[in-house]
Amino acid sequence: MKTIEVKALSKTYGSILAVDRVGFTLEAGEILAVAGPDGAGKTSLFRSICGLVDFDGGEVRVAGLDVRTDFDAVKPLLGYMPEVFSLYPDLSVEENLAFYAGLFGLGGDAFRTRRERLYDFSGLRPFAKRRAEALSGGMKQKLALSCSLIHDPTVLVLDEPTTGVDPLSRKQFWDILAEIRAGGASILLSTPYMDEVGRADRAVFMDRGRFLARGTPADLVGLYNGKVFEAPVEVTGEQLRALRAGGTTAARVGATLRVYAARGADAGAVAAELGRAGVDAAGLRERQPGLEDVFVHLMGRRPEPPNGESPEEGMGGGGER
Amino acid sequence: MRSTYYIARKEVRHILRDPRSLMIAILMPILMTLLYGYAINLEVKDIKIAVLDYDNTRESRELASRFYNSGYFIKPDAAPTLSDPEMLLRRSEAAAVLTIRPGFAEALGEGSRFEVGLLLDGADANTANAASSYAEIVLRKMLVDRLPPGFDPPGVELSQQVLYNPDLKSSHFFVLGLIAVILMLVSALLTSLTIAREKEVGTLEQLLTAPVRPHEIVLGKIIPYIGLAGLDGLLVWSFAVFHFGVPVNGSMALLSAFAVIFIVAALSIGILVSTLVSTQQVAMLVTLTLTMMPSVLLSGFAFEIKNMPRVLRIVTLIVPARYFIVIIRSIMLKGAGLATLWPQAAGLLAIAFVLITLASTRFKIKVG
Repeated sequence: MKTIEVKALSKTYGSILAVDRVGFTLEAGEILAVAGPDGAGKTSLFRSICGLVDFDGGEVRVAGLDVRTDFDAVKPLLGYMPEVFSLYPDLSVEENLAFYAGLFGLGGDAFRTRRERLYDFSGLRPFAKRRAEALSGGMKQKLALSCSLIHDPTVLVLDEPTTGVDPLSRKQFWDILAEIRAGGASILLSTPYMDEVGRADRAVFMDRGRFLARGTPADLVGLYNGKVFEAPVEVTGEQLRALRAGGTTAARVGATLRVYAARGADAGAVAAELGRAGVDAAGLRERQPGLEDVFVHLMGRRPEPPNGESPEEGMGGGGER
Repeated sequence: MRSTYYIARKEVRHILRDPRSLMIAILMPILMTLLYGYAINLEVKDIKIAVLDYDNTRESRELASRFYNSGYFIKPDAAPTLSDPEMLLRRSEAAAVLTIRPGFAEALGEGSRFEVGLLLDGADANTANAASSYAEIVLRKMLVDRLPPGFDPPGVELSQQVLYNPDLKSSHFFVLGLIAVILMLVSALLTSLTIAREKEVGTLEQLLTAPVRPHEIVLGKIIPYIGLAGLDGLLVWSFAVFHFGVPVNGSMALLSAFAVIFIVAALSIGILVSTLVSTQQVAMLVTLTLTMMPSVLLSGFAFEIKNMPRVLRIVTLIVPARYFIVIIRSIMLKGAGLATLWPQAAGLLAIAFVLITLASTRFKIKVG
């Protein structure tokens, strides 16, 4: 069953095209991750799906219902967690939960039962009386997730739920997501972390309002058909420009330099390229391409402006080009 | 209605936990009332009166000395100029100028009609009022004293001219008008801030994904603030009655009912403002401008509406304070009821209805 169905969705802010004829589906019991840099259009996409903004073109269906015309029926099915913490800082954990429970028609015993389950999930029980503003980043995110789960939605839309959260909390958060999915709900989320993309059932890479590639994490890794070399060296911006001027695809990843080369390339040729740009090639070695490499590589080859091809082709073909 | 209850409950918690709203709600009215309390001088004694005696007779000198010996009046420090008697008033060196034209003694002796001039500084309405009635008493006393019992006093009258504030609005008038101004200001501020804060903090984004209708949010926000603003009204009203001695001549139940309608109108204005702005600072600025100026200038609070140019008179029709000021003054001072106040009641109700409808429909369930 398709829980979210997006067709040729476009959203503009003035002259800025935030989402450009994007389409995808989310199946029941599935986690779909959207990865992309800031300004890729992820938040605009999610807000459009959740009816928070009017979009300009296309169609969004949640559980088969059109969000433009049947929004009242969609709301109870949808749980949304915005990118920025959006609960009331001066209300306690429990009061925030009670407030949203009330809005979704959950009062009295029904609320208490649900609340206890969410406390089990999130581990927030000891902090029930604490004001939201006094929670740590990780706990805030768990509270926000709990509030978006309060009405037991069938679709969860989470906008960068783990950004800025410590690694342990991130892991706990994903354990909760796994439980939610096991309960039959489907989850659409955005994330800047490639390890999280790897934990999703399917993922899309998004940039400048368009989908560059999509598939299972394994599919996405497979999209990269060259070799990746890595050197433990911190290059300067000047060196990077020199490399690129010389026709080498390279990027800084953490404290290393990665070079994306053709399938037939060998380490010697790459080391020579580095040397020409004045980069120390000592310690250069080939590495197994990962999601991150695909992502960085795709970002390096930003898409051409759309020229009338159908959205499906435009997005599906992004990875194969 | 269920959602309205939950939003109202949440709003009450915000109010109780937010020092800023509480300050606006409680401290500002107290401060404003006190400021006005000191600005309006209620104690009237030792009124400075200058006497211009053109008659220069024994009788005219007696009248002047009777004024200064009455206990109400004293001599100003500066002597009046014959060519420009108003100068003392302009410089606030005297509150009144008594002019005795030639012929005063003659008129007294003949019992013919005569006018003694009294020029009053209306800027200080309270003092001018008092000076007028005291002068009347002093003059009447002299006329009666000079006659054997049983004779009617001669036709000497006081001819008064009030400068600067011809309507002689009293402090009662001002204080009651002030209640309207404060209620309008505080109510509109409170609601405009509460929604602007939801936008600023980002809580609106989460709230709007819940199955809540705009009018439920608007009502849930308005209801708790009716209570808070009502408390404010009571606070300022108490100041008016117990501190300024404003009489309570009419039905307080009727006044309370009108106050609630007025507050709803003011709260709706705040919500309308909040739909246009996205930060609390701008909300505060816009609300202050939008409520303070019309409520003070175009409501009959500071200036009589009937003296305004036609265009402004028409504009006053959409100022809610215009109606409430007439209502509260009429009820408190004259004990008026619905029989005389129905036009104002109708005007206020219509405005409140239009504003709350606008607020509910303009309040959108989108973030950007």
